[in-house]
Amino acid sequence: MTSQSPSQGGTTPRQRVEAAIIRLAGDSGDGIQLTGSRMSETSALAGNDVATLPDYPAEIRAPAGTLPGVSGFQLQFASKSVLTPGDQADALVAFNPAALRVNLSGLKQGGILIVNSDAFDANNLRKAGYDHSPLEGHELEGFRVYPVGITSITRQALEQTDLSLRAKDRCKNFFALGMLYWLYSRPLEPTLEWLRRKFASQPELAEANEKVLRAGYNYAETARIFQTVYEVAHAPLPAGLYRSLDGNEAIALALAAVAHQSGLQVFLGSYPITPASTVLHRAGRLKAHGVATFQAEDEIAAVGAALGASFAGALGVTSTSGPGLALKGEMLGLAVMMELPLLVICVQRGGPSTGLPTKTEQADLDIALHGRHGECPMPVLAAASPGDCFHMVFEAARLAIRHMTPVILLSDGYIANGAEPFRVPAPEDLPPIPVHFHTDPETFRGAYVRDAATGARPWVRPGTPGLEHRVGGLEKDAQGAVSYDPENHEQMVRARAAKIEGIESDIPPASLEEGEAEDDLLIVGWGSTWGAITQATRELRQQGLKVSSLHLRYLQPLPGGLGEILEQHSGRILLPELNRGQLREVLSARYGVTIEGLQKVQGQPFRVSEIKARARKMLEETR
Amino acid sequence: MSSDPVPTYKKKDFSSGLEVRWCPGCGDYSILNAVQTAFAAMGVPRENFVIVSGIGCSSRFPYYMDTYGIHGVHGRAPTLATGIKLARPELDVWVVTGDGDGLAIGGNHLIHAMRRNVGLKILMFNNRIYGLTKGQYSPTSEQGKVTASTPLGSIDPPFQPLSVALGAGATFVARTADRFGKHLQEMIRRAACHRGAAFIEVLQNCNIFNNGAWGQITGKQERIDNVVYLEQGQPLRFGEEGRRALILEECGQPRAVEWNDGGDPRLIVHDETRPEPSMAFLLSHLAPPEFPLPLGVLRDVPAPAFEDLHHEQIRRAEQSESNDLAELLAGPSTWTIE
Ligand SMILES: Cc1ncc(C[n+]2csc(CCOP(=O)(O)OP(=O)(O)O)c2C)c(N)n1
Ligand code: SF4
Ligand SMILES: [Mg+2]
Repeated sequence: MTSQSPSQGGTTPRQRVEAAIIRLAGDSGDGIQLTGSRMSETSALAGNDVATLPDYPAEIRAPAGTLPGVSGFQLQFASKSVLTPGDQADALVAFNPAALRVNLSGLKQGGILIVNSDAFDANNLRKAGYDHSPLEGHELEGFRVYPVGITSITRQALEQTDLSLRAKDRCKNFFALGMLYWLYSRPLEPTLEWLRRKFASQPELAEANEKVLRAGYNYAETARIFQTVYEVAHAPLPAGLYRSLDGNEAIALALAAVAHQSGLQVFLGSYPITPASTVLHRAGRLKAHGVATFQAEDEIAAVGAALGASFAGALGVTSTSGPGLALKGEMLGLAVMMELPLLVICVQRGGPSTGLPTKTEQADLDIALHGRHGECPMPVLAAASPGDCFHMVFEAARLAIRHMTPVILLSDGYIANGAEPFRVPAPEDLPPIPVHFHTDPETFRGAYVRDAATGARPWVRPGTPGLEHRVGGLEKDAQGAVSYDPENHEQMVRARAAKIEGIESDIPPASLEEGEAEDDLLIVGWGSTWGAITQATRELRQQGLKVSSLHLRYLQPLPGGLGEILEQHSGRILLPELNRGQLREVLSARYGVTIEGLQKVQGQPFRVSEIKARARKMLEETR
Repeated sequence: MSSDPVPTYKKKDFSSGLEVRWCPGCGDYSILNAVQTAFAAMGVPRENFVIVSGIGCSSRFPYYMDTYGIHGVHGRAPTLATGIKLARPELDVWVVTGDGDGLAIGGNHLIHAMRRNVGLKILMFNNRIYGLTKGQYSPTSEQGKVTASTPLGSIDPPFQPLSVALGAGATFVARTADRFGKHLQEMIRRAACHRGAAFIEVLQNCNIFNNGAWGQITGKQERIDNVVYLEQGQPLRFGEEGRRALILEECGQPRAVEWNDGGDPRLIVHDETRPEPSMAFLLSHLAPPEFPLPLGVLRDVPAPAFEDLHHEQIRRAEQSESNDLAELLAGPSTWTIE
């Protein structure tokens, strides 16, 4: 046992560090996610750059004390730019033996380990599969271990209150948070303010949690258990107004921004599914901002209602995850035939079927690109980070409206739940989204007479006199009449495809994110791997290696110039994906280039070190 | 929307002019005829109608009407229609579906549209068969039905569409038949006046795959004993010169008896406005040979329409909450980096 003894005399020495990675772990009922998000927001408010990784089980309250019931939250905050929650943690708080067992391998050698010693009883040890207490064995050697009776001290701190024992115990996460705040020199005020807001109608709870938070802070200070206090200075982020934001919140806010900039009613039809549900939850509070929501009886009804709303002249939106996207497939065929704007947001999770519902994956790319019947192309976009979700929703809506087409936007569990500082855009800086409804019968030549520039058909709101018309699944001719003519069908299939391909000229061309064209290795990515890939590329370049990176936000159509860049690097391209190589196959087939994949399908995002290791290996092999 | 006075329409103003492609003799023709006539008389601007259908012979309906329309996805018309009605409650949204479209593949959406009381007027063309796919049995086919897909006879018992509707909480439920043009028009008119979801079962003959399925109801001679017309406040009389009537025995069992000048206290007097749906449910289950089939409005009760509640919430939010986008995007806690 390498338990740390209190520091002697004087004040605790302070040490300035560039970044800190903290991992919290406990039962799913221990309030881990909440503690993590408080720590994140406090760090963001302190001016750090922050990235988070909530990692929770599929069960709401999995059996207490068991390994599958462990809920985790990792965050990195830094005085430099951070793009990932970090690989190995500098500090781990384990609320019970199971949490320790599951997370110990994620703690750096020499790292700080705070454990709730009250939870290390025979019963919990057995449930975690320990035959003895690790606090008494050798396995924790090499870590700085701080056993603290978190439960008992929390109860003591709340002795004078009328709360039930259960309610008191539920405050213990704030004790740990208080300790961390002291250890990392964070202010208490933002959390206290949050408590007052959150428990406005239950002041006794606000008070109890405040007591416990202060108790944890004071305990760390007066018991002097830590040898060092850490400080992380603020990060050199671009000037502006910032808030902390996760990907799903970003999506909801973007819907309000779209309503504002287009003047359209946004209509979100959705059916709850992890990890997309919070889009519906948050959008449900945006009624005053032009966003209406409808919880449908299933995903088919959700997309059907959204498409109906678009026909009626609103912007239909539907949010889901993989299983829901599968259910929506047939209606997306109709949307492609009806050529109406529609936004389909798929927050990916581990699949197939229920798979790993609370974990992240990028395996719905294939279904997004190809998973429909018939010749059924539609644009597919992917967000790169929590904040990028805001911009990509906005962009997806713009394309859907301008080109009269359904658009799929892919996000995933990692960026849906992960939070980062987000530079708040001023409404006046957002581009307008022009909308044109055709109203004049004199100039109306048919429901499928296309705009010469975009290939889009006219959008007509029902209620417009003289423009009554029918659309639907059967093939139509340009005038909008049902047509079984073979030539017409082929012509329409080609026209619909050409319209989507033409979007290439309406999106930014491919360009390197990091590095230069002559570099020895190009790392290509899409979606949420952006953070890990960019970070890995930067670190490799700092070490003098010639590595560049390119990130794809548009997957259909692919951006212009991509083929040339890939051909230039053929054989020296690495494409990390959280799937078995779905984009790699698309790009290899399309451009005939040789790409090496880095595959990971574990429900977890890439670590920076994994990408760096593979990149180094490739550089050695090609040398 | 135009604020001009509503033009007076003729039936042909609602015809899209597209060549109608149903089989000659199909019951769908008379339904089309009745709907065009009824719409022309409704005093609603033509551009305010939206007709949404699924897939099936019946679901070709919107193409033949000169209104806004969607020929949708098999079974999913209520979903599209719900989105339209929520986005634009001022539109008159009609759904045309078949017994397969509405009760097999789309059963889920149908019941939820009625449970929510969305202001959709739903016409279900019940020919007790899948017409478009060439004659398989449907959820309303009688047990033992021999069809292309059931050479030894179907083994599952059928739904009564009206019972399903009532079970789902429908606030307006009626039944009529393709052959009874005037009655059909009257039911359409009544449905249009109802706020909230209205469900009409239209008995329809598919003369190709299920000819005469409703012969017992629509036949000139047969209908006398096999149909009872529901009239508000009237006892349920039927048969030659109304010589028979329906009573409810004390145990709750309905029975057909001789009419004896209305003297029987057990006579069922029709009241479509009864808030409690069990009498309507009982009527929805009556069928020949034991009973006459009720035609008319089984239920018409007031209840808040879904779209009204939906917009009421929006209105309340608009009144009580800020709509400042900058404030929303910033959220409750921000910091500034210089
Ligand atoms: C997803 C899907 N499955 C099956 C079909 C084939 N299909 C078309 S219409 C139909 C049945 C229609 O029966 P009904 O609703 O009673 O309409 P009717 O033709 O009798 O008017 C079927 C099975 C389809 N179009 N789509
Ligand atoms: S198959 Fe039957 S329902 Fe279909 S059009 Fe012919 S007669 Fe009418
Ligand atoms: Mg049918």
